[in-house]
Amino acid sequence: MSDNYEVVIGLEVHVELKTASKLFCGCANLFGQDPNTHTCPVCLGMPGALPVLNRDAVALATRAALALSCTVHSFSKFDRKQYFYPDLPKAYQISQYDQPLATHGQVTIRTEAGPRAIGIERIHLEEDAGKLNHIGQRLGDATGSLVDLNRAGVPLIEIVSQPEMHSPEEARLYLTELRTVLSYLDISDLRMEEGSMRCDANVSLRPLSYTGSLADLPRVEIKNVNSFRNVQRGIEHEIIRQRELLEQGIRIVKETRGFDDAAGTTYSQRSKEAANDYRYFPEPDLPPLVLDAVWLEDQKNQMPSLPEELRHQLAAEGVLPRDVDVLVQDRALYGFWRQTVAIYPDVKLVTNWLLSDYSRHMNAKGLSFDNPGVSAPHLAELLALIEDGTLSGKMAKEVLESMFATGESPQVVVKRLGLSQITDHEAIRLIVSQIVEANPAVVADFLGGKEKALAFLVGQVMKATKGQAKPDLVNALLREVIASHV
Amino acid sequence: MAGLDWDAVEMARRVQSGEVSALELVDASLERIAAVDSNIGAFLYVDDVGARQSARRLDSELTRDQKKSLPLAGVPVAIKDNLVTRQMPTTAASKMLQGFMSPYDATVVERLLAAGAIPVGKVNLDEFAMGSSTEHSAYQVTRNPWDISRVPGGSSGGSAAAVAAGMVPLALGSDTGGSIRTPASYCGVFGMKPTYGRVSRYGLIAFASSLDQVGPFSRTVRDAALLLHVISGRDPHDATSVDVSSTAPTVVVADPTQMRIGLPEEYFGDGIDPNVRTQVDAALETLKGLGATLVPISLPHTRYAIATYYLIANAEASSNLSRYDGVRYGFRETAPDLIQMYSRTRSQGFGDEVQRRILLGTHALSAGYYDAYYLKAQKVRTLIRRDFDQAFESVDLIVTPTVPDLPFKFGERALDPLQMYLTDIFTVTTNLAGLPGLSQPIGLADGLPVGLQWIAPALEEERILGMASALEAVLPVPSWPMQGGLSR
Amino acid sequence: MLLSKEEVLHVANLARLSVEPSELEEMAGTLSRVLEYIDLLNELDTESVSPTSQVVEQHTVWRSDVIQDSLSAELATQNGPQVVSAMFVVPKILDGGGQ
Ligand SMILES: [Mg+2]
Ligand SMILES: [Zn+2]
Repeated sequence: MSDNYEVVIGLEVHVELKTASKLFCGCANLFGQDPNTHTCPVCLGMPGALPVLNRDAVALATRAALALSCTVHSFSKFDRKQYFYPDLPKAYQISQYDQPLATHGQVTIRTEAGPRAIGIERIHLEEDAGKLNHIGQRLGDATGSLVDLNRAGVPLIEIVSQPEMHSPEEARLYLTELRTVLSYLDISDLRMEEGSMRCDANVSLRPLSYTGSLADLPRVEIKNVNSFRNVQRGIEHEIIRQRELLEQGIRIVKETRGFDDAAGTTYSQRSKEAANDYRYFPEPDLPPLVLDAVWLEDQKNQMPSLPEELRHQLAAEGVLPRDVDVLVQDRALYGFWRQTVAIYPDVKLVTNWLLSDYSRHMNAKGLSFDNPGVSAPHLAELLALIEDGTLSGKMAKEVLESMFATGESPQVVVKRLGLSQITDHEAIRLIVSQIVEANPAVVADFLGGKEKALAFLVGQVMKATKGQAKPDLVNALLREVIASHV
Repeated sequence: MAGLDWDAVEMARRVQSGEVSALELVDASLERIAAVDSNIGAFLYVDDVGARQSARRLDSELTRDQKKSLPLAGVPVAIKDNLVTRQMPTTAASKMLQGFMSPYDATVVERLLAAGAIPVGKVNLDEFAMGSSTEHSAYQVTRNPWDISRVPGGSSGGSAAAVAAGMVPLALGSDTGGSIRTPASYCGVFGMKPTYGRVSRYGLIAFASSLDQVGPFSRTVRDAALLLHVISGRDPHDATSVDVSSTAPTVVVADPTQMRIGLPEEYFGDGIDPNVRTQVDAALETLKGLGATLVPISLPHTRYAIATYYLIANAEASSNLSRYDGVRYGFRETAPDLIQMYSRTRSQGFGDEVQRRILLGTHALSAGYYDAYYLKAQKVRTLIRRDFDQAFESVDLIVTPTVPDLPFKFGERALDPLQMYLTDIFTVTTNLAGLPGLSQPIGLADGLPVGLQWIAPALEEERILGMASALEAVLPVPSWPMQGGLSR
Repeated sequence: MLLSKEEVLHVANLARLSVEPSELEEMAGTLSRVLEYIDLLNELDTESVSPTSQVVEQHTVWRSDVIQDSLSAELATQNGPQVVSAMFVVPKILDGGGQ
């Protein structure tokens, strides 16, 4: 920012872990079921029920922490975070407070000015809340709400960044890279629209004259925005709003604000007097978590290659720098690429096709690389048909479009559309002979040394075959036939 | 009333051998409840139909399968109403849970059922187990069977009174700061708080999670041992429960001549009712006579125990009782919006004492006070634990009076919470340290029972039961109240 | 008094309890007396003492990630004061609240 304020942004990202069961009970961790069909005494907060920790949730959280270069602590514990809300059955969330699972990690973002590390303060495990369905359009004018606790108790990790981002763009880059890294671990669906990844942004403007601690700067928290784009928009708006206030000499109050997608603005969500005092204290129902070196080693061994490593690998394999980032950013795309290259190892051709025509058709159909509509073997087969001369590049594009439309293999499409370049030598030789017969003068010119005359004959053959013959082959056959005529 | 003067061990033996049926025992228990409980008020709910059905089912199972062996076959039991049960309502003696039907059984209830016991009903307590007199129940007063103008102690007053009045031979209670041992002492029965973690808390309505334990009431030591054995052990639903398979308290023998028994000076000072003192001294003489070595010891941080206890217990309680918010179960007061619904529901659903404790506990955890109150108390808790660790380097067991005085009259202490809190002065320390404690009836003073408290190192319940058994064998058999000839 | 009426109101608000204005004075008095008693703890220097929050010395007690039966929606909501379409109904939420 070119003015008197430095923008300070910190992000808190909640990620739902893809375990089979919930964090503290055996209810299935499933999305979109009938209300309250995946609940039990524990996640309903029934009198007398007690939590028991899910080991796999700890494993997935540990892998996330390792992938984000955190220090995973051998000792951590659980605490109760207390507040009343209908989606929180016990009126406390079991979370981790002063001794979290992991601290001191980082995410490297690639800005135009080069790579920059954004610190991760901590990663901790906690349980998700249930869902409220408001009776009425939105919370503000609802006459009441309906509580569904299927999601209550689903395992979450909360990833808290350092307040080290200075623009909405950096925030977006951070989120993108964070999601990319996590996607390779396969620990979460990471869908912001569905809430399996959620982001709260803390935004403050630091006057350049301010020398106090960042923690004392009044900051505004933008809650639960449902897409990366909207996180960026929310922050953009918040910067403008706060700057206007500051310039009018109005103090910024610490508050929680929501984001209005349609208006592109933030709005106050919680009044000052409702400010929370969470009264954290150690959860007496859960013994502390002690993770030894063997456990950590075991988790490390179960981790796949991560984006940074893959970027180096792809560059070494000859992928262009600008394509490397695109390929790695989407784990499914990368997987698809890898699969295709394994069958048809022309790295350049595969990359070009995938990132252009293939992606375009897939996006147009609203598909993603998780389930893209045309399989990697079919794509590889298509590329092979170009190489062996069956299809021209232009024809291949047409075939691909048809493959997306019908799901058929390239061979089937080629046959159905009669698109194949004619490679049957005898059939072409017949046409070539006819053309040679019909153009004795041109043949004579050619024989007289006029090389250009051959081009005319090639054109005639191509015309007769409606462009389906391969020019190289036509060329060769013409020379052959003319020679045999002499 | 055939059979009600037997203890549970005897009942189960006779049911098992076919001398008596489970139904006969259950009928006897239900008849006695019908005859005396209108004076006592121990039961909040009596499940006549369910209990008879279970008894009949058990009888036919035992007839069908002669080899089937159940340690509590056909024994009628009472369950403190802060343990959740599927077949009977569970209220924790609070208006907040009026009519609540739990969708699951507490682990201890499951284990009772698996052992062949027949729950006949749910018994009264101070609301959410917060109290020492059972006066703080939202539903009814429970009276001391030895003198119905006096309290039975609390919070497990219903459990103690039901056993003392011979309505059942066994009852389950819970103890957070003395809630089993105080009423056991006041009602002249055995009551044991096990080592923290020995018994699952799953299904025990939480008061203070780091202090709560479920334990047995009985009229004989061997019954206490048996019931403790049935409910003990690691439960996959309670992460704080421990594996105790190697220390199962089955055998009740001890050699008093091998025992060094510590008498902490802080528990024998002023402020003990002289009547209590006389009885306790007599019991100590008896122990000496049995060959035990009595050793004066000191537990120097005892005077801080009540303050420590009330901070920790109420802080945890303020959190545990937050779930009663009128949304998913229990009482709800109508209100135009959510915040008002919460505060009206909670203010009208909880009794005064519960609200006082929630306020105190909330304050102790709130921003700016946490270190001065909650954290401070946790640190003093460490000092109190260390006192015991040091003491047990030189003694095998510790004995103290269970309560400094005799059962008091209704209303005597209800007005001053602090006075009431001091009733627990000798019992809270074991909860803070997580140690087992047993109250053993040792005689009467002015016609009212006096209890002796045994304390052992963690998981050494067997040692307590062995010595209590040795003492029990030489003490005169008490005449049980409100009936003739009910004895072992 | 160790606890003022304002503090009692603040704590009551945190605990979602309502204290009637007429009871406020007495409540502040009662709680203050208990806190005065608790003040006893300040006799002890606990600077170097570590806190005890649990007495069972076990750690890392966990279960494997296995799905267990849930309750039916009927059983889950059978105690609900107000239930519509198998969901618990709460009155309108005025303030944003929540986490
Ligand atoms: Mg969180
Ligand atoms: Zn559940």
